Amino acid sequence: MTTGTLTAGRARFRLPRRQIPVLATLALLLVMYGIGVSQYQAFSNVQVIFNIFIDNGFLLVVAVGMTFVILTGGIDLSVGSVVAMTAMVSASLLQKGLPAALVLVIALLIGPTLGLLMGCAIHFFEIQPFIVTLAGMFFARGMCTFISGSSIPISDGFWTRMSQERIGDPRGNFVSISVLIAFAVVAVAAYTLAYTRLGRNVYAIGGNPQSALLMGLPVGRTRIAVYTISGLCSAIGGILLSFYTLSGAPLIAVGMELDVIAAVVIGGTVLTGGSGYVFGTVLGVLVLGVIQTLITFDGSLNSWWTRIVIGGLLFAFILFQRLVGIRYK
Amino acid sequence: MTDNRPVLTMTGISKSFPGVRALHDVNFRLLPGEVHALMGENGAGKSTLIKVLTGVYDTDAGAITLHGEPVSFAGPMQATAAGVSTVYQEVNLCTNLSVAENIFIGREPRLLGAVRWGEVRRRARTLLARLELDLDVSAPLGSYSLAIQQMVAIARAIDIQARVLILDEPTSSLDAGEVAQLFRIMRQLRDEGIAILFVTHFLDQVYEIADRITVLRNGGLVGEYTTTELPQLGLVEKMIGKELDVLEGIEEHSRRDLAAVEEGTPLVAVSNFGRAGAVEPFSLTIHAGEVVGLAGLLGSGRTEVARLLFGADRPDGGQVTVDGRPSSLRTPAQAIDHGVGFCSENRRAEGIVADLSVRENLILAMQAARGWLRPIPRRRQDELVDKYIKALTIRPSDPEVPVRNLSGGNQQKVLLARWLITEPRLLILDEPTRGIDIGAKTEIQKLVTQLSDGGMAVLFISAELEEVLRLSHKVAVMRDRQMVAQLANDDTLDADRVMQTIASGSHGEEADR
Repeated sequence: MTTGTLTAGRARFRLPRRQIPVLATLALLLVMYGIGVSQYQAFSNVQVIFNIFIDNGFLLVVAVGMTFVILTGGIDLSVGSVVAMTAMVSASLLQKGLPAALVLVIALLIGPTLGLLMGCAIHFFEIQPFIVTLAGMFFARGMCTFISGSSIPISDGFWTRMSQERIGDPRGNFVSISVLIAFAVVAVAAYTLAYTRLGRNVYAIGGNPQSALLMGLPVGRTRIAVYTISGLCSAIGGILLSFYTLSGAPLIAVGMELDVIAAVVIGGTVLTGGSGYVFGTVLGVLVLGVIQTLITFDGSLNSWWTRIVIGGLLFAFILFQRLVGIRYK
Repeated sequence: MTDNRPVLTMTGISKSFPGVRALHDVNFRLLPGEVHALMGENGAGKSTLIKVLTGVYDTDAGAITLHGEPVSFAGPMQATAAGVSTVYQEVNLCTNLSVAENIFIGREPRLLGAVRWGEVRRRARTLLARLELDLDVSAPLGSYSLAIQQMVAIARAIDIQARVLILDEPTSSLDAGEVAQLFRIMRQLRDEGIAILFVTHFLDQVYEIADRITVLRNGGLVGEYTTTELPQLGLVEKMIGKELDVLEGIEEHSRRDLAAVEEGTPLVAVSNFGRAGAVEPFSLTIHAGEVVGLAGLLGSGRTEVARLLFGADRPDGGQVTVDGRPSSLRTPAQAIDHGVGFCSENRRAEGIVADLSVRENLILAMQAARGWLRPIPRRRQDELVDKYIKALTIRPSDPEVPVRNLSGGNQQKVLLARWLITEPRLLILDEPTRGIDIGAKTEIQKLVTQLSDGGMAVLFISAELEEVLRLSHKVAVMRDRQMVAQLANDDTLDADRVMQTIASGSHGEEADR
């Protein structure tokens, strides 16, 4: 440290620290896929991957919303209930004979409105996101059973078309429209986080909210926005789920918020905020999907093994993030 | 100073917090193209004045004008937009974002709403080149040192078309070369007509760079002076409001010589003590009543030595004896059991519990030592707290004020008092006087002398050599994470010799032990 031009102690490792968790997830995914392919001949079929997306499209959309929230260092526990509530509202309105377009608009407004309210409570009253969204979770779940105590089937033409439409290649592999919607959401979210002020403010707040405030960034507005975005993603997820099941059930997607958080964290987003990517979340959802598929292919394993494996992985990943974090501090 | 109309005036500013009157009827003006030093002891109201100016706080009374127009900022964003930029004492940037993004976030160049990253990086490089900084602008800010982060904060502030630049203690974490570089930039900006408000505790720096000085004391205005009309001693008197015989006291105090202090069994002796990646193995003995100074540059391993001795980091190996008996210092709890206390350099993150009151903060360590099952009676608490608030002149003297509302220097005193209450046998002070004013500094130095006379051993870590030399019986010199020498502080030892030792690492002779 002498005078003259400062060259400054450069970072010791060139490998970007924030991408390490994502790369680890990618490696894990490839290993698991490799195991699947080597064990089961049918696993190498492209449709296996497509099916993972078809079965988990709504989970992916909700996880994208959760990524925004977790990047600011917050948490949203209401997502599973909001998904169920959106599906219930759609099913019940369709049953009453409302036109599909109007039902879509109404259903897509409920989630973000609840998210906006929760965001305001978190920001203006400085209440922990955990508690506010827990209240939101109970509220939305309660609304589901308020609408109907039992499952409502959907027979609307638009819904059934969305459910059954297959977009495929000549060899017979196909995806559903929901998958395309999910990809569109992922693309918009990735763009928002990387290229818009809103997205960059999300990272800044997750890094250091106090600094973000002093740098003149709109901390309050951004915080409210992420819960609204999460609510919107949950609403879209709810619609996709109702396409998938063609019904609204009051007890569907119970505990889904935890799967979503697991997917986001396994995807490399740090729970304390400020670091993570939407692409990682896609990988995280794929990891969950591949585990499910492996267990289905095995056939002899109880489906609860999915949970056990996810539990183990989640723990391993949080530990891993912690170790990477300490190394670089 | 061609144009003499002030770019900024503040008149009759008052501000109170619960239990504290932070500012009372303060006037302040800033001319274009000047560096104006805002001086005062800790708690004099400097930080509050700046926060009022930039809209972080509302005023209770008073008016602010910018370019003759009355203004009232709702927050730093508005102030920045109006051309009043601030670089705060602690670096307020996001370490998880890249250097370039930290400079531009909130006002990135955009095309149809999309941030143009190429442009952001290009402009960041241009701007940093103007400051003669050679950084990888896409690396995360956290991969650079605090000093570099400070420079980046300044880059952020001057990029906004600032007319007024507020630098709140920007130099407290910079080394001499970096300070010189900062001053060069400040002069350059001043010549461009920017008004710079500069807050620092280093008096020499004021006389090196400032054109005018405004002095605050206890939330009130003392006066506004040009640097040439107010000599350094006069400034200090204005700041503390009394004659400077306090300082003399310490100088006259004759230090007991090393041989007398180092009689008998050492209180703590370590040998071959080290930790890979933190500090090379070293040996050190500390006797009761001895002050051992630890000198060296920022990052030379001073704090690492302190943390090892306190058990905050685990040593890789080596022997420890306490009172001549083999022992170990592997956890802070063990160290505390042996009567070791540690005042961390990072008081905000590692020491003070900001939301608790002064009393509660003071009692913490003592309560921890007694165990939670034996609460200290309230009357005893009040007695103790009273005693230390008086002894260390903690201001405000109300023990129920949350520590968050105290100034930096007073927080430091609270932290010190917290350890003193437990009556440690060895007290480790890591940069106890950094970022605090001359009055509080003198008080803390005096206290160290008194404590050592009373038989307490002190490990005193400071970047200021004069201070280390004034207080220590023995000076251990650190360089590049190695303890390169231990020098007896006799008449022959002066700052030059210590500096040579730091620079060369071998020229200084080993101490007589």
